[in-house]
Amino acid sequence: MTVSRRDFIKTNAALAAATAAGVNLPGAAKAEDGIRWDKGVCRFCGTGCGVLVGVQDGRVVATQGDPDAPVNKGLNCIKGYFLSKIMYGKDRLETPLLRMKDGKYAKDGEFTPVSWDQAFDVMAEKWKAAMKNKGPTSVGMFGSGQWTLWEGYAASKLMKAGFRSNNIDPNARHCMASAVGAFIRAFGIDEPMGCYDDLEHADAFVLWGANMAEMHPILWSRLTDTRLTKKGCEVHVLSTFENRCFELADNGMVFTPQTDLAILNFIANYIIENKAYNQAFIDKSVNFTKTPTDIGYGLRPEHPLEKKAKNPAKGKLTNITFEEYAASVKPYTLEYTSKLSGVPQDQLLALAKVYADPNKKVSSYWTMGFNQHTRGVWVNGLLYNVHLLMGKISEPGNSPFSLTGQPSACGTAREVGTFAHRLPADLVVMNEAHRKYAEQVWKLPAGTIPPKPGYHAVLQNRMLKDGKLNAYWVQCTNNMQAAPNMNEEGYPGYRNPENFITVSDPYPTVTAMAADLILPTAMWMEKEGAYGNAERRTQFWRQQVAPYGQAKSDVWQVIEFSKRFKMEDVWPAELLDQKPEYKGKTLYEVLYTNGQVNKFPADPVKDAAGNVYENHESADFGFYVQKGLFEEYRLFQYEGPAAKKGHQMADFDLYHKARGLRWPVIDGKETLWRYREGYDPFVKAGEGVKFYGKPNGKANVIFAPYEPAAESPDDNYNLWLCTGRVLEHWHSGSMTRRVPELYRAYPGAKIYMHPDDAEARGLKRGQAVKVETRRGELVTRVETRGRNKPPKGLVFMPWFDASQLVNKLTLDATDPLSKETDFKKCACKVMAV
Amino acid sequence: MTTQKPKRAAKSRRQFLADTARTACGVGVAGLVLGLMAKQARSLPPTALRPPGAGTEDSFLGACIRCGLCVRDCPYPTLSLAELGDPVPVGTPYFVARKAPCEMCDDIPCVAACPTGALDPALTDIDKSRMGLAVLIDEETCLNFLGLRCDVCYRVCPVIDKAITLERSHNVRTGHHAVFIPTVHSEHCTGCGKCERSCVLEEAAIKVMPLALAKGQIGGHYRLGWKEKEKAGHELVPGLFDMPDRLPGGQP
Repeated sequence: MTVSRRDFIKTNAALAAATAAGVNLPGAAKAEDGIRWDKGVCRFCGTGCGVLVGVQDGRVVATQGDPDAPVNKGLNCIKGYFLSKIMYGKDRLETPLLRMKDGKYAKDGEFTPVSWDQAFDVMAEKWKAAMKNKGPTSVGMFGSGQWTLWEGYAASKLMKAGFRSNNIDPNARHCMASAVGAFIRAFGIDEPMGCYDDLEHADAFVLWGANMAEMHPILWSRLTDTRLTKKGCEVHVLSTFENRCFELADNGMVFTPQTDLAILNFIANYIIENKAYNQAFIDKSVNFTKTPTDIGYGLRPEHPLEKKAKNPAKGKLTNITFEEYAASVKPYTLEYTSKLSGVPQDQLLALAKVYADPNKKVSSYWTMGFNQHTRGVWVNGLLYNVHLLMGKISEPGNSPFSLTGQPSACGTAREVGTFAHRLPADLVVMNEAHRKYAEQVWKLPAGTIPPKPGYHAVLQNRMLKDGKLNAYWVQCTNNMQAAPNMNEEGYPGYRNPENFITVSDPYPTVTAMAADLILPTAMWMEKEGAYGNAERRTQFWRQQVAPYGQAKSDVWQVIEFSKRFKMEDVWPAELLDQKPEYKGKTLYEVLYTNGQVNKFPADPVKDAAGNVYENHESADFGFYVQKGLFEEYRLFQYEGPAAKKGHQMADFDLYHKARGLRWPVIDGKETLWRYREGYDPFVKAGEGVKFYGKPNGKANVIFAPYEPAAESPDDNYNLWLCTGRVLEHWHSGSMTRRVPELYRAYPGAKIYMHPDDAEARGLKRGQAVKVETRRGELVTRVETRGRNKPPKGLVFMPWFDASQLVNKLTLDATDPLSKETDFKKCACKVMAV
Repeated sequence: MTTQKPKRAAKSRRQFLADTARTACGVGVAGLVLGLMAKQARSLPPTALRPPGAGTEDSFLGACIRCGLCVRDCPYPTLSLAELGDPVPVGTPYFVARKAPCEMCDDIPCVAACPTGALDPALTDIDKSRMGLAVLIDEETCLNFLGLRCDVCYRVCPVIDKAITLERSHNVRTGHHAVFIPTVHSEHCTGCGKCERSCVLEEAAIKVMPLALAKGQIGGHYRLGWKEKEKAGHELVPGLFDMPDRLPGGQP
């Protein structure tokens, strides 16, 4: 939008006159250029930058960083700069597409446009057939940390309460399941105790496998500012290759993959040997435990590594004494750890000293380096150990902080319970009281929700391949491209003739193209939404424009699909007998017009200036869908014996007025630091620090040793392969690669390699190379310069590029506890094509 | 890749000759053509960059025989031969960074192909080439100057952290973000043009210019004191000292 100099002067003159006269000119901008501005939130990462969205003639024509949003103060990264273009890629899907042959559905048919009715007819028939043949565990859903809150909530309810299948999991499983596991084990409550304000309060920052410079660009700019402006501030960076964060690092450390486990134990050992620990804090707030070892690698049970494991997937903690804990970390000496990790002794020592200094406030950040780790829950826990030994937690600047990669990994994937084992607000399906409470809130007969966790992300692909999961629905994620070991698990699973795969997406992604039915989906500002960012901040937006073509939002699809099922189709007679009033009704009536979800009328949605916004879901279903779902979800936060403390959110309407609020929101106030008196309303006067997620109010220090990776380089596959992202593209690139400028900025993936490794293989920079693992191969180009500088023996390749599917190469080894894949470590070889 | 390439380039040279001949015939006014060529020969537009090792424009034009071998051996769609009507002397190789930058091949095939030394055969390290110099020409629209986190030009630079660095400063407006200013260092910038190519703005805020246009020159009558000291490794005037200050309470 260009403004002429003349216009500019005119506007300024008007403003000056108005100011002089003491008059406000609300909506002056709108009058000038016809753009309506409303608040929104960035579609990309977990930072949660506030944006303002400009609409003209039914189209998002511009965006701007919200200058008053506390996270970003008007700034954006380069992806956020292009937000207004992500909905308008040339290949937006217009209609449902079904694989057909001779006018009928056929697994090997061609994608053919069909109506929504036809699409859902075929889909419902397949789902009914699957359930009839093999029961509720034969249906499943794969969702997203990019779903809005109510999309995740409605989908989870449909699966767990409606179809009675816990086979729903979000892509967040690939992202921060390990962080969740560690939160629950150490504190009993999910999500960080700190917030982004720590970025200004800390004296030292330590990055553990987080390339914040590229992946959380705006938070990195806050961290950098503190490093610049605060005297004595230090930045320590640990990674398995040199990334952009090293540029700022005072102490940049490249360690051998997997040895972060040893480094953290070394720090704990250093703290204990130098008696630097905070005895008073330990006495009052810490419990010492250890976790079972030799737990396997989350591979298929017949894999040799699983057969060899002594305690596969075991995680029950055993209490130990402080002395036993001290003895456990004792072998992790400076010498041993330096040798194992390849990090020079003086650098390890400098790192340990930062944590051990009682006068330095330390904030630690991590993302995929820690979480995508076959010992992800362990390594998260080992970092908490260090913070807990020093009492450096739950106060400004002292913060172990798990960053998230998706805009609503916290809000949707975690908080509303879209994981295969979770229910809303930290409740879990394995706990009878929790199930009972959920059934009570949802007005279901006792025993509706199955007690066994469903198939997690990686297991879903395995079960598809094995023909045990037959009707499958993927929403709001590109999991064919994102999931590990695509050749052996993902693709054979989707194309298994026994299965019917539905994919809802705005674009023909790799996943959509592998499906049997594609549903065109409304995205971002085409629907009313809410995201929860990494610092527990919930942010709402209104529907700004109509969806493209016949596209419908995920929540509309879920609710509309539920109309196709009579209760008799999905529930056994015994269950239905408990609620005879549900007989003959549809899932839609039982789940969504239950007197709660449909409680609020579909009145026009208005902003403070009186602008009226469309809401297609409310218009179609006749009630305020988003409000009803959110308010029902809130019942889990406030009521019932099983409800856990500290998840309270404000009422729906407030979020449309406020910029964004960090939960728990209590007495009209946000919570910045949890578990500490004065900041957290659940900690009473005189209690100081109380980890109230645990019955004794104490957090767990959990000892875990170093154990090797699932697959390490050998003579044949002689390089570590690490995958990840670049700033210009977000995840699988389904949005950013459709923005021409971002495409041009980073057109294709390449493999980053040490120049000596390239030379040893006779490879020249820019040359086409074959990358091969035990599972597959691909062709890319070799890069020996530029932003990432791997050490000898390791190569890095981003996964955004649909034309170079790096997950053909990766191993589906997961953390046996969190079930999160380790995308950072497998063995490959690279050769000239 | 290498088997396909010569075909295309050979054709383009043939194409060029044919085009020139055809154009000449078609126009039929030799004087006009000559006039055009003469005009083109006088100056190179700032967007046209020469291949690595081309040296000054005068010496390059003196040595280049318009054979097109450098274009043939360029493995990327970077180099072109100027055609009639292009604002570059006809038949000479050039590239436009915004369209296709130099990819800085380790083995510099364009230089190796040059039969006359117009592209200096002494250039064996591509980092030493000076095709031009990147200049962050518009601070008003550069997103990083505005505090956003773009820095695409920096991250795509093959000589990252040397040819372009991010100079950090405090963002006074927001109060708690840093500003990352992309700063080009002529000591290391090869003028490959990746930054200009990748700039996400509609008109690039960073552009590669011919060296003669891009580079300022400090007066020979002045030296930068801190640099001279660093270079010498000691004070240039040894033995000078500062007296202690008198402070209350005998503070040191």
